[in-house]
Formats: sequence, C-alpha cells, structure tokens
Amino acid sequence: MAAERPGGEGGPAGTGAAAAFSKSEMMIVAAARELAGQRVCFVGVGLPNIAVNLAKRTVAPDMELVYEAGVFGARPARLPLSIGDPTIVTGATAVTSMWELFAYYLQGGLIDVGFLGAAQIDRFGNINTTVIGDYAHPKTRLPGSGGACEIAINARQIFVIMRQSARSFVERIDFRTSPGNLGGAEKAERIRREQGWLGRGPSVVVTDLGIWHFDETGEMRLDFLHPGATLDEIRATLGWEPHISPSLAPTPVPTPEELRLIRDELDPEGMYTK
Amino acid sequence: MSGSKVATMRDAVGALVRDGDTVAIEGFTHLISFAAGHEIIRQRRRDLVLARMTPDVIYDQMVAAGVARKLIFSWLGNPGVGGLNAIRRVTEGADTSLELEEYSHFGMVARYAAGAANLPFMPLRSYFETDLPVANPLIRPIESPYGDGTVYAVPPLKPDVTVIHAQRADAAGNTQVWGLLGCQKEAAFAADRVIVVVEELVDETVIRADPNRTIVPGIVVDAVVVEPWGAHPSYVQGRYDRDNRFYRDWDPISRDPAATDQWLRDWVYDLDGRAAYAEKLGAERLRALLPSGPAPSGVVDYGEYR
Repeated sequence: MAAERPGGEGGPAGTGAAAAFSKSEMMIVAAARELAGQRVCFVGVGLPNIAVNLAKRTVAPDMELVYEAGVFGARPARLPLSIGDPTIVTGATAVTSMWELFAYYLQGGLIDVGFLGAAQIDRFGNINTTVIGDYAHPKTRLPGSGGACEIAINARQIFVIMRQSARSFVERIDFRTSPGNLGGAEKAERIRREQGWLGRGPSVVVTDLGIWHFDETGEMRLDFLHPGATLDEIRATLGWEPHISPSLAPTPVPTPEELRLIRDELDPEGMYTK
Repeated sequence: MSGSKVATMRDAVGALVRDGDTVAIEGFTHLISFAAGHEIIRQRRRDLVLARMTPDVIYDQMVAAGVARKLIFSWLGNPGVGGLNAIRRVTEGADTSLELEEYSHFGMVARYAAGAANLPFMPLRSYFETDLPVANPLIRPIESPYGDGTVYAVPPLKPDVTVIHAQRADAAGNTQVWGLLGCQKEAAFAADRVIVVVEELVDETVIRADPNRTIVPGIVVDAVVVEPWGAHPSYVQGRYDRDNRFYRDWDPISRDPAATDQWLRDWVYDLDGRAAYAEKLGAERLRALLPSGPAPSGVVDYGEYR
C-alpha cells in the first residue's frame, strides 16, 4: 500500500474548553467521520488503518473492513502495526487468497471506498508512492504501488489521508503510481467510461490542516479548515493556488469519546498521533 | 507412507537453491520463511533474482548479505515502520546497482497465477493512466479478443525455487495453512522446485482428516523442512505473533552498514540454524509472542461414504 511513515509533526491544535488534541488526532477523527454511511472499505497501511478502525468504532459500525492481505469483514481486536497481522484474521467473515481478494472482491466491484496514503499528490488527486526524483536514479525510493494502483481504478471512490506539506502537495508529482482525476474531471470521466473503470476516482483528501473534496473541475476544494489551522498555512503547504469553498467551515473538534478511542484503544503508544 | 521428503534446511537449500536462480520466499506478512532466507545467506548463494510481493526485512537482510542481483516486487518497505534501508542503499542516488522489476500487488499475484496455470500472460484491470508500464515495459496493454476494450497483461512468473512456511505438512509435503494465505499456492504451483518449511510435521491421517485446508499437495513439493519458529519475526497464525519489536529494531540497525554486518554475523553466520537462533532469542522473548488465548475453529463433519 501507499507510503506512510509513523510519527511526523503533530503539534498542538486545539486547546480551551474542549480537551486538547493534536493535529494528527484531528486529521484521523476527520477522516473517520468521512466514512459515515460507507459499507465496504479497503484499508491501507498506516494512517488509513487507524482512521478506518476509528470509524468502525464510531460512525460506521456496520462497515466491512477489507485488508489486501486477504481478509473480508475483519474485526481486529487491536490496531495492527502492519496491515498483515493475526488479529485481522481471528473473527473475520472470510479469509481469501490474494488472487481472490484482488480479482473477485476488488476487480469484481465490491469495494465502496479505497482508503490510501500518499507521498505526493497533485491538485487532481493523482498519487505518487513510487519515487522522488528520476525513476532510474531516484533521490528517494518509496515503497511503490502495493495494491494502490488497482484500488484507485477499481474501488468506487478513493479517500486519501496524509499530512500537508509543500513537498507532498505538489504542482507535478514525480511518478504517477495511482490515477486520480488525471488532468481534470472531463478527461478523467471520458477515460473511465471508455476503459470501463469501476472507480469514480478520489472524493476526499483529509490532511492535518483541513478537508478537501473534489469540485466539478476535478480539482481539490478546501471545504473545512481544522481548528488552529489558517489559510496562510494551507497556501504555504501547497504547490498550487487552492480552490477554497465559499462556504468554508471549521471542522468540528474531536469529541472526548473519539479521543479516548484513539488514545486508549487504537494508538496507545502514540505511533500515529504524537 | 513412502517417499519422505523431510530434510534439514541445510540440505534442502544446498540441493535446491543454485547461484543465479529466481527464488520466491512468499508469505504476505504471515509465514515468511526467515529461516530459509538465513540459510541461503549462510551458504553464500550469489546473483539470485529475489521475487516477493513485499520484500520485507528478509530480503533487506539478503540484499545486505550480497546474495541478490535483482528484485521483483510490488511493495518495498518495512510494514508499519518505514523503508528497507539496505535495499535503499543500492537503489537510490549514486548507487542503483540492484536491479528492480516492479509491479502492483495484483500484478504480482497475477504473474504467479499465470505461472501456476501455464498461461502466456494474465490480464487485469490495473495500470491505466499510470507510469508503471513506462517504468516496467513487461506490463503491456492488450485488446480484448472479444472487442470490449483494453486491459493490461503481465507475464507469468515461474520461480526456479519457491519457499513457503506453513503450520503443518506430512512427510510427503502435503501442506496445510490457516490464516492469511497470500499467494503461496500460486507461487508454489508456478515454481520448478518447492521447499516447504513447517512448524510441525504431522501424519498423513491429519492431512486427510481436513483436506479443505491443504493449499499445496506433496506432488509439487521437493523438500519438507521442520523448523519451529522458522518464520520469526513474522508470525504463524495460532502459534506465535508478529514480533513488531524486531521490525522496529531493524530500522536503526539497517541504517548503519557496519551494524547490519554485525547483525548478520551474530544472528546468521555465527549460528548453525534456526534452533540456535530461537535459543539466542531466549525463552522469554518467544513466550511473549504466544497468542493471548486460544481461538479454535469449529469442527466440520466431512461424512463417511462407502
């Protein structure tokens, strides 16, 4: 799956009347809430894993978790460090070979949401998790596609969770590992139709600063700004001039229960949230 | 029972893995035969093409030890931790001496499936509008012969040797696995030679009592190696947990070439096999990896039909 390193910046975001929370906690909570109403979610390694497991415990208790390792209907009793872990097997609905998982479940059209991380993303939601720099002689060799490429093409919609920085939100990605809205909505829709993709592409990008959805041009539009974040910060961590919703709203702060679940159950060591 | 294939790891690797071979040690996070990887290092095999969906720490160690000339893979990382630092040293910047052939997960699985089924290629709906077919020209677009559009094809992958780890097998190599299945069945059927490494050698009657659980029949297996704890620091469903501490500890070790060499000396070259490795890990470390409790499957009744 996509690159996602634990740790990273997670400075204070909210203080005051509500409990204090970190930027990473706000990001995970916001991502989890976006999953309300979804039925079947393909879970990626790292931040997607914790966001999806939080959603399962809050807004989407009936959601089926699918792990590319070959599990449908997982009920992990602890948050796995790796997406391959014995806890995703015990108590699951089905364990399948990876051939069945990718061919029948994903390519067969059962996946509503593919939840990915990314090293680089552009304004149209195209994702790079392969290399920074030239492919043959890269500056940084990243993990590569994993299942992300086919998830981006075959899952009905794609959610992305990643920290925002000028290095990661770029005008031009160095390598297209997983297609988003290509060069814009019109071209993307034509190609998806012509080639029979099941996926409609990216629908949300949740960062440590805000929540982006995709507008009719196929470009990211900032709809929610997290408490403590500013538009100056948004622009400083972005390689292009952003579309900002005229009805931009503050993201509702994490509830005490959401914070308790993250801190006590999902990430007690603070791997993703410190 | 006739024709026992039970062998020591030393003899199995010695007889079946040759310099220059394409070797697949498969198992997706689960059941990774670190024991076989370490024996290949100890026997100083060279110029191997190492295939694995997720090279994981085992191929980082094998690359550090100098056994490989090329990797075929789909996700190159230390799951949940970060990068594979020994591999990064020979794939980034000035040193890109390790050859890479890169797919997606579905592409790798499809390659093994094509190899297992003796097909010239496998079609799949992936790679559209990405740079992967540019980076790897073996990923090719193909028109449907039935006139309903373009898909991508990947070529068969037929390893010279596939190694899989399993909970149990009988002496003939009939192998049973539960938990994550990965692509071991496809990788084994696709290979010319197959080594099965097991936690437990069982009687043929145990296999025949539950034939649905057999993923690989002995007819495709060349050697059965009994090696408890052979998958550590990966895990074996129902037997021992993933040693996440090891995966985290490998990160700083592998960042430092001298520390990496020292680790290989202490944990591979200076040990004569997996039993010594398990003993060096110590009973306390191993005990901490046991499941927190049992979760047995229900018993099914196959019925008797005479």
